[in-house]
Amino acid sequence: MAKVTIDGIEIEVPDGTTILQAARMIGPSVAPPAMCFYTKLKTSGGYCRTCLVEVTKGSDKDPRPMPKLVISCRTTVMDGMVVTNQLSPRVLDARAGIVEFLLLNHPLDCPICDQAGECHLQDLSYENGNYTTRTDFERRTFEKIDIGDFIQLHMTRCILCYRCVKVAEQITDGRVHGVLNRGDLSEISTYIKEAIDNDFSGNMIDVCPVGALTDKTFRFKSRVWFTKPVDAHRDCDKCSGKVVLWYKGEEVLRVTGRKDEWGEVDEFICNTCRFEKKHTADWSIEGVRNISRHSVISANKYKNLVKPNEFHLNDIKAITE
Amino acid sequence: MQLTNRSKVINKKKLNWVESLYLPAIFSGMIITIKHFFKKAATTRYPEEKRYIAPVYRGVHVLKRNDKGQENCTACGLCAVSCPAEAITIVAAERQKGEEHLYKKEKYAAMYEINMLRCIFCGICEEACPEDSIYLTDRILPSNYQRNNFIYGKDLLVEGIKPEERIDIGVRKKHYEMNEKPRV
Repeated sequence: MAKVTIDGIEIEVPDGTTILQAARMIGPSVAPPAMCFYTKLKTSGGYCRTCLVEVTKGSDKDPRPMPKLVISCRTTVMDGMVVTNQLSPRVLDARAGIVEFLLLNHPLDCPICDQAGECHLQDLSYENGNYTTRTDFERRTFEKIDIGDFIQLHMTRCILCYRCVKVAEQITDGRVHGVLNRGDLSEISTYIKEAIDNDFSGNMIDVCPVGALTDKTFRFKSRVWFTKPVDAHRDCDKCSGKVVLWYKGEEVLRVTGRKDEWGEVDEFICNTCRFEKKHTADWSIEGVRNISRHSVISANKYKNLVKPNEFHLNDIKAITE
Repeated sequence: MQLTNRSKVINKKKLNWVESLYLPAIFSGMIITIKHFFKKAATTRYPEEKRYIAPVYRGVHVLKRNDKGQENCTACGLCAVSCPAEAITIVAAERQKGEEHLYKKEKYAAMYEINMLRCIFCGICEEACPEDSIYLTDRILPSNYQRNNFIYGKDLLVEGIKPEERIDIGVRKKHYEMNEKPRV
């Protein structure tokens, strides 16, 4: 066991825990944001550098501070380590810089992006970025391509977090897409259009922190905040079958995995559940999902709403007669 | 309990002979009426004559087009989610090939409805709009006999393509931009 202090809060965690996970054990107020790290995917993290923290005391044995900011998702804790995250102006400054880097090529098309409202990059730039851009050159653009029957890749929005590549590698058998080229030219691609047809490939949509990989069956159907999330499950021979149905009226517009407070799915679901079972009759409903009051998804939703009966002129005439 | 001093106690005593003729009361009433012929009228002859409308006035909405005649609205839904009266309903659709002259981006509002009976003309939709699309104008909402005629669709909201069919929002826009927080 190791004792770490993060933003002045002390916690004892098992050896081998990363700083990010220790911070998450304390709570969302001290946890650094993460764009590429995903608890359920091995070897993820270390690409985006949004989770930079300052280590002001290395350990009890060697109390020297670490000279540079370290990435909390890959750095393991040591006994007596002291970490500052939100309290360090250095970290906040660096994070604002990272946001600026991530947004260098990211288009400002939130009004037409299906991910808006549950986008991690949107939250990150809102909470940690400067509300301005200092560049006016052309952004990197790509053509939209359909990878698989149900998934659309909008490479323009990609921030190269590698999460979808890790999903393909660790959840599905046989990865057919990856990152091609190098540096500024790198892009996610399959080279062969519509090549991804694995049963668990739909999870790439859930793990994508931005709107680069989107559900084609949900494309432009509705904004996220107009849909109502409902927990449901079904007997599926391929996956756990535990999902969230996103309703608009009586219609199921979209099926996703259940995401925890860090935006990571609890259990990966299969493509049959995700894309093909879009009727209430297919599912056993568990109840309305609890959404944070501060999330835009909870906007205009009321518990115990009683709708008044709507009268039309013809109805009133019929009653009087 | 008396709340103000303006209430009058009703006197129900029987009228005397002169009062029962009603003529003095009629004449005094007529004098008041005739006096008003020589005063300035309190009303105006709308719609020929229009009153001054302040730049802060918020009337019927308009969905603007850009200079090329494309609709600015991309059905992002920010107006609808920010609307405190929940008066706005949007259905989005994807722009097809050959429709580029009609819509600015790949997504557009196939249906855009404002329930004018729900709308409180607060102007928050205008403030929320990231695409420079919805504006409130100085036009007054016309009355109607039917409730469903107050649900304004795109046919009533979107301005025309021709220059003479455009709806001027210059005063309103200027006022809005002056009061907008400067983006640092």
